[in-house]
Amino acid sequence: MALIATKNPLLTVGWEKGDAGWGIKEYEARGGYQALRKILAEKTPPENIIAELKASVLRGRGGAGFPTGLKWSFMPKVINGDRYVVCNSDEGEPGTFKDLDLLRYDPHSVIEGMAIAAYVMSANRGYNYIHGEIFEIYKRFEAALDEARAAGLIGQNILGSGFNFELFAHHGYGAYICGEETGLLESIEGKKGQPRFKPPFPATFGLYGKPTTINNTETFAAVPYILKMGGEKYLELGKPNNGGTKLFSISGHVNKPGNYEIPMGMPFAELLEMAGGMRGGRKIKAVIPGGSSAPVLPGDIMMQCTMDYDSIAKAGSMLGSGAIIVMDETVCMVKALERLSYFYFEESCGQCTPCREGTGWLYRVVHRIENGQGRQEDLDLLMSVTDNIMGRTICALGDAASLPVRSFVQHFKSEFEHHIQNKQCLVPHDVQRAGSSFYM
Amino acid sequence: MLEIEIDGKSLQVAEGSTIMDAAHEAGTYIPHFCYHKKLSIAANCRMCLVQVEKAPKPLPACATPVANGMKVFTHSELALKAQKGVMEFLLINHPLDCPICDQGGECQLQDLAVGYGSSASRYQEEKRVVFNKNLGPLVNTDMTRCIHCTRCVRFTQEIAGEMEMGQAKRGEHSEIMPFIEKTVDSELSGNIIDLCPVGALTSKPFRYAARTWELARRKSVAPHDGLGSNLIVQVKHDKVLRVLPLENEDINECWLSDKDRFSYEAVNSEERLTKPMVKQGGQWGEADWGVALDYIAHALKDVVKTHGAEAVGTLVSPHSTLEEMFLAQQLSRELGSHNVDFRLRQSDFSLDGKRAGAPWLGMKVAELSQLDRVLVVGSFLRKDHPLLAQRLRQSAKRGTQVSLINPVDDDQLIKNTLRAVGLPSQLPQLLGEVVKAVATAKGAAVDAALTGVTVSAAAQKIADSLVSGSNAGVFLGNFAQQHPQAATLEALAQQLAKLLGARHGVLGEAANSVGGYVAKAVPSGNGLNAAQMFAQPRKAYLLFNVEPELDSADGAQAVAALKDAAMVAVFSAFKSEAALAYADVLLPISPFTETSGTFVNTEGRVQSFNAVAKPLGETRPGWKVLRVLGNVLNLPGFEYNSSEEVRAAALVGAEEFANGLDNGVNAAFNLNAVAAGVERVADVPIYFADGLVRRAPSLQRARDAAAPAVRVNAATAAKLGLDGAAEVTVKQGAASVRLALKIDAGLPDGAVRVAAAHASTAALGSMFGQLSVERA
Amino acid sequence: MLSQEALKLIDREVAKYPADQKQSAVMAALAIAQDEKGWLARETIEYVANYLEMPAIAAYEVASFYNMYDLDPVGKYKLTVCTNLPCALSGGVHAADYVKEKLGIDFNETTADGKFTLKEGECMGACGDAPVMLVNNKRMCSFMTPEQIDKLLAECK
Ligand SMILES: Cc1cc2nc3c(=O)[nH]c(=O)nc-3n(C[C@H](O)[C@H](O)[C@H](O)COP(=O)(O)O)c2cc1C
Ligand code: SF4
Ligand code: FES
Repeated sequence: MALIATKNPLLTVGWEKGDAGWGIKEYEARGGYQALRKILAEKTPPENIIAELKASVLRGRGGAGFPTGLKWSFMPKVINGDRYVVCNSDEGEPGTFKDLDLLRYDPHSVIEGMAIAAYVMSANRGYNYIHGEIFEIYKRFEAALDEARAAGLIGQNILGSGFNFELFAHHGYGAYICGEETGLLESIEGKKGQPRFKPPFPATFGLYGKPTTINNTETFAAVPYILKMGGEKYLELGKPNNGGTKLFSISGHVNKPGNYEIPMGMPFAELLEMAGGMRGGRKIKAVIPGGSSAPVLPGDIMMQCTMDYDSIAKAGSMLGSGAIIVMDETVCMVKALERLSYFYFEESCGQCTPCREGTGWLYRVVHRIENGQGRQEDLDLLMSVTDNIMGRTICALGDAASLPVRSFVQHFKSEFEHHIQNKQCLVPHDVQRAGSSFYM
Repeated sequence: MLEIEIDGKSLQVAEGSTIMDAAHEAGTYIPHFCYHKKLSIAANCRMCLVQVEKAPKPLPACATPVANGMKVFTHSELALKAQKGVMEFLLINHPLDCPICDQGGECQLQDLAVGYGSSASRYQEEKRVVFNKNLGPLVNTDMTRCIHCTRCVRFTQEIAGEMEMGQAKRGEHSEIMPFIEKTVDSELSGNIIDLCPVGALTSKPFRYAARTWELARRKSVAPHDGLGSNLIVQVKHDKVLRVLPLENEDINECWLSDKDRFSYEAVNSEERLTKPMVKQGGQWGEADWGVALDYIAHALKDVVKTHGAEAVGTLVSPHSTLEEMFLAQQLSRELGSHNVDFRLRQSDFSLDGKRAGAPWLGMKVAELSQLDRVLVVGSFLRKDHPLLAQRLRQSAKRGTQVSLINPVDDDQLIKNTLRAVGLPSQLPQLLGEVVKAVATAKGAAVDAALTGVTVSAAAQKIADSLVSGSNAGVFLGNFAQQHPQAATLEALAQQLAKLLGARHGVLGEAANSVGGYVAKAVPSGNGLNAAQMFAQPRKAYLLFNVEPELDSADGAQAVAALKDAAMVAVFSAFKSEAALAYADVLLPISPFTETSGTFVNTEGRVQSFNAVAKPLGETRPGWKVLRVLGNVLNLPGFEYNSSEEVRAAALVGAEEFANGLDNGVNAAFNLNAVAAGVERVADVPIYFADGLVRRAPSLQRARDAAAPAVRVNAATAAKLGLDGAAEVTVKQGAASVRLALKIDAGLPDGAVRVAAAHASTAALGSMFGQLSVERA
Repeated sequence: MLSQEALKLIDREVAKYPADQKQSAVMAALAIAQDEKGWLARETIEYVANYLEMPAIAAYEVASFYNMYDLDPVGKYKLTVCTNLPCALSGGVHAADYVKEKLGIDFNETTADGKFTLKEGECMGACGDAPVMLVNNKRMCSFMTPEQIDKLLAECK
């Protein structure tokens, strides 16, 4: 179980009881399903709910940070035929593990959020797409669904309101690309998770070709809490344009890796402290602030940032999914990049040319440098190859594979050059070995 | 309409157009690989990236919808940089050994690389190697060259109707392949060769035969089914080495069926007859043309003198040219015999004399695609008419409802077909049910002959579908035309069309099924038809391009008649064991590649072609041989100097389309009681349907050329005590053959499917009728 | 080919999707088949495809696209160790090295007794618990130390 600490717990109130608090009884005891009940009883006009979400400035927690209220307003108004609500719990971005704990400790908040979304979008069916490797979490979500179904909170004629919403879990089986929303839809359709070209967007052509709204797990989970407390109140928890609280997954060289719920805008230094500070008291070298696809930032720059979309963007990176990978001075940046590049190379779906061919090229060049066969011109080559990938692919995986390369080379150029010239790491191997603390 | 500007040129395009569509209209070329006008948009190659004003990134032209006022730059710095970047990626893992690649000279990657690639590769790593796949006898693979455009995958899914290829694995490890150990067995498979923009998929029969620039390209017309696909025949030193589609949107679009594409191998086969042969004193010997023709002339005169002209029978293949058919009938008639026919597999001729004109499709082929309701009766549609089936497959995706009344339930790979399946003898009944249900629905009087008919649920569904449309077509397939009650089926179809306000027609079995009527290669007066000529044996036979043992409705009966005849002259491109046994003279005539000629396709379109190669050995074009034979016989009217003159005589003024096409029949129908017992269902397998495909070695290795098995459903197998039997003996009349048994759930109770046109079943006789099956 | 129980599980998955979208259940069906058979042989994939009325190659595309399907036989226990960067920072690679040494096999190899297969995993979405290992696609083991690994290997009988 990942450690947690919070300040003003909102999403994580239910987590405190650990594995004893996920059930429907506990959820209802802490005010769960009230938002849904109220909406169904009062037949709240969907526009009002969207307005509340817009006021909260809830931004999608899946990585892109797209305003959720706005996304929900894109669904075509005319109701004819099927439409779907889909939750993205594929969470495969290295460094991200918040949705896992959300589903483990508070699955009903996601169910309630999805049911509300379904009500707003007049969708009668929904799927939660759950990352392949977390089977126990998938099982738990299915158990929570059974509870909700038994309680009449999902299914036909929910609470006598005449509203129907069937919700199911779909288990992934190991493909990062299925986190991309259209790859995910393809996957639910029983195909390879190869992303679709957009437009058309899911709001008009989604699951089975029908209008579909897709949000991240945390986004859905936040909805009931926002509706209970009011959009503006929620916004005030964070800072303007960066509403509410957010879960951050901290991994790497900190003393207490885990998930942390903090108000948007908290200084990174403070968060690092909550996470127990640097492991072994070593010096912070670099931080990837938003999941492996976000550009890496040198530690000192990061220490000046606050944890919100705007601040991190200003520093030249992205808040992304809120996954913070902390690296100390024992890390060889070339090796670190090599591993990430290998990941994107392995996870490229293979559909479009720049990504299929380019990710392999990037990996091989970085691999060569790491193994002492780098050439002086390689750094320019890497930049040029990323130039040819970025913005030319069907989905954003091409960018995700390129940004680490660009930022690692940019911020730690001398370390790459050292590698090329000396055919070995700047950081001695035994120091690197000590960093992982596996043998401690 | 939307306004768009492409490279400064303004134009208007229809709503829903992509930039690629617009560029096409503007005459601007945007480089591309994955885009293909007949396939769904994949947007995966990224070669077509262009700059669009206000868009921060280059956009794929193939997938980006045009917006009003859009300004597109296809050759701006940004666009070119993007295109060059993609080209570099495509080449890093692509072998650069164009000189030894079979696609060399006609490779889109090679062509574009010249313009967009850079000379030296910045990629210094090891190139990917991909294992080749066995796709079957027709398509060769060199998968390391594949650029993953997925055209081939989409073709199998969308055009051929069955996903036989896929992109397995992922990322750089992706592999284009069929399912493990499977081959690509579609009757349209060869098209993936054309679609593949690189040398990953090439023609297996053509492999290493020549470089493209050594080949002369000549136009021709496919000699197989009634569609008459347009061909480019590629020839080197008078040898046909490859056949490609000649695009014609009205006929074959940009496709070819495999039989049209690969049957050319037969014209290069060892079985070609290259010299006239005469049998004397029971011994075959080669002869001069003059000797052989004199022999025939003498024999004919003899027979006419002793037995009368009616003792001569002339049979012409429906795959022969219009000119050959015309001269053959002229020859026969001038001899005084009206016994001439080309309808070799037909068994019901009761409509002769009651037809308003030549039976045809009843509409243009292209109009098929506009129908919203289609009923096809008695057809192995996909195998008999691969590209017509393909058209209906596309229509069905757009919402056209297709219904089938058939003796089998073979999957036509057409979405949501409604199907009524019954024994051959039940087909008239089933069609009658539909007619009755439609009449009832339309409030029209029900024909007296149908009053006793009870409408089954399946027929009712088909009727409901037909009635709900606004533009229906009713078609009789080959099986219906071969049916012993073909006249009844035609009369019912005519009535159904009338009730629906629809058009009806027949799907022409062969390249000249319409042309045969146009050429008057049918009996008149007291002349005998194809069936009668064998049922009432003649003394002399002229067999033009015909192998009666495989090509006729009752091959066994035909062979018996031929064996007893005084003189059998065979005009053929091939020497066969069968012909050597029953013939007295063999004359080598040109296959379609070595003669000029004309096919009138199923829509009545007159398509003439020239020889693409010189006749092999002493082979001569059939029309010339007939003309000279006419001269030798001193018959009047044989003064033609060219095949054009023959054509003009046959077509009497018609140019693009033949005259006298009319499906009207003046006949009542008559629903016979359904026979009890076990009925034969005889299909004509696609690669045994005519003399060419039968001799094309690669087609003969295709799955569709597998030796036919006996097929029955499980209930019939149980009833006949065949459970678990691997082999059975099939008896029809006095004949019996031994074949493998397969259980086929798609057959109706009491049906036994035994293919015709195959050596292993030729002994059985009639394509229709009762038979018995026992454990072998 | 598959047991009644497996088919029942597959039917339950099929029921999650609209009636004309049976193919949606293919991922689950392949997983169920793999659980029963140990790995996905050609025949198994074809059987699942037929059961769901989809082309065999489409099922194979799926089986070969997602990491957790095994298209070759694996040992009784398939151990997948995440070595991605966040895990590596906390010992993922070292944990994998440790297992390799203990079992005497490399990634994608199976011990001679057919008991263990070792796989290199990508991010399992549990980086906070690094090093993490997955046993037979189902059981996640967190915070693996040399002692924990020893214990796990001993438990696998
Ligand atoms: C390569 C790639 C991987 C992604 N992975 C995830 C993921 O694991 N979870 C997620 O919620 N969103 C992921 N996304 C973002 C989704 O496409 C989508 O934007 C998100 O689910 C929308 O939800 P939100 O608006 O609530 O953030 C990924 C995007 C890309 C391009
Ligand atoms: S084999 Fe040819 S047609 Fe098929 S994906 Fe590869 S390049 Fe495209
Ligand atoms: S032709 Fe547009 S992406 Fe391939």
